[in-house]
Amino acid sequence: MDRRLSALVRAAAIAAGVLCGAAPVVEAAQSAASSVSANGVTLRSVNVDLPDAGRMFEGPGADAVNNNCLACHSAGMILTQPHMPRAAWQAEVEKMRKTYKAPVDEKDIPAIVDYLAGLPR
Amino acid sequence: MTRRAASGLSRRRFLEAAGVFALLPPASPAMADALVNLGLPGGPSERSITTAFPEKGRMILQRSRAPMLETPFEAFDRGVFTPNDQFFVRWHWAGIPTEVDVAAFKLTVRGEVNRTLSLSMADLLAMPRVELAAVNQCSGNSRGLFEPRVPGGQWGNGAMGNARWTGVRLRDVLDRAGVKAGAVAARFKGLDEPSVDTAPTFMKSLDVDRARNGEVMLAYLMNGEQLPLLNGFPLRLIVPGWYATYWVKMLNDIEVLSAPDDNYWMKTAYRIPDTPHASVKPGEKGVATVPISVMGPRSFFTNLTDGATVKAGAPLPVRGIAFGGDCGVATVELSEDGGGTWRAAALGPDEGAYGFRRWSGEVAAPRPGTLALSARCANVKGEAQPAEPNWNPAGFMRNVIESVRLNVA
Repeated sequence: MDRRLSALVRAAAIAAGVLCGAAPVVEAAQSAASSVSANGVTLRSVNVDLPDAGRMFEGPGADAVNNNCLACHSAGMILTQPHMPRAAWQAEVEKMRKTYKAPVDEKDIPAIVDYLAGLPR
Repeated sequence: MTRRAASGLSRRRFLEAAGVFALLPPASPAMADALVNLGLPGGPSERSITTAFPEKGRMILQRSRAPMLETPFEAFDRGVFTPNDQFFVRWHWAGIPTEVDVAAFKLTVRGEVNRTLSLSMADLLAMPRVELAAVNQCSGNSRGLFEPRVPGGQWGNGAMGNARWTGVRLRDVLDRAGVKAGAVAARFKGLDEPSVDTAPTFMKSLDVDRARNGEVMLAYLMNGEQLPLLNGFPLRLIVPGWYATYWVKMLNDIEVLSAPDDNYWMKTAYRIPDTPHASVKPGEKGVATVPISVMGPRSFFTNLTDGATVKAGAPLPVRGIAFGGDCGVATVELSEDGGGTWRAAALGPDEGAYGFRRWSGEVAAPRPGTLALSARCANVKGEAQPAEPNWNPAGFMRNVIESVRLNVA
């Protein structure tokens, strides 16, 4: 239990003329629920926002990539790859489908591979 | 202009000028306020510096979702402990909780145990506390430097970091649950989830003996502070000397198994050729594989970058960091003649066998022209960095001797 929180609750309880028992301390600690503290270490709950990853591909054939690839990962995964021949991109798309269960529409595969293999070097 | 530089620039300029991708909605200004060139052979080699990620400072943006953020190399020159806000980040699946209520969080220990446990963070904070320094390095650190290039996260050398980890021994937690006699492995899972329900949940396992070796720990502090969410808050598995793939983040489930783990992330992914330095010839087939495990020694220059210009005739301070892998650093040596002759560098304080070690030396009076410097580390088990780079199709375990070429003028 957070010692400072505990002390605050006790002070409040005394000010309110309530007996300083264990019950109100626990209740207050549970409702606060923002930190855990013991043996000199305090851990505080975290609530963060991750940045938007809404970068989309454009140009002929881009729809197939945008619709099938970007649900699981951002465009950066593709744009940082070294130049790869068509067969290597084909293998990557198959790996995404079969191993990682990406919901890639089978009829879109040729268009996806064409687009990826045609990215400028 | 070299072909490498030309291809990197033209690619980026082309992409932007031709509108190959649009920014929808406009990315935060902090997403692309500077560029860094990682020197990856054949490119693309440029990456944005980002400050857009929570609890993180300047990071090299490899992928925004699921986040892959690389430590800018200059951070390693400032000390042997990598700051939490610049420690590298790598997630497999985008399903990362962005909110963790530390008072409600529970770690479950179940399976082949006498007592199933549900431990709160308060329970863990009340247990005996241990602390150690250890390097956390991605299996694919430096993958972008492989030649021929291989697909995957295209890291430079910054998918690594060293921290002082504080927490509890995994052994103590397992003993509290009581591991049954027939148990063979412990499997670890975090709060992150696959993007698709049927995809393989990220899980890693350790043999029971390793899990109970007294060094493997569950950390709730990193360099004396709670872990950044992206580094695994509130609890992370620490496996000193082993690659980061085992260091499960947001650890909330330990399952003790009665049979070897055949989950995808052990049986199929993160496998290496069972050969010296996990090396094979490109295209070579039929090589037996084993799960990746221990790291090898590495050393890096931190105050000099490849291609830099230094002053002729003036003493040139040279310094860097090294680590032994799964044991301490024995020596770091420097060469000024491409590896023909070597001399010992001075080693800084020993902060623990599994951590970074500072090394330093001096080139007395560099002569005008080109100066090639190399650094190599040998660990206390006698293993030294190889002179030739290893190669495997997954881009794992690079630890070749590093060199910098300097212009002396």
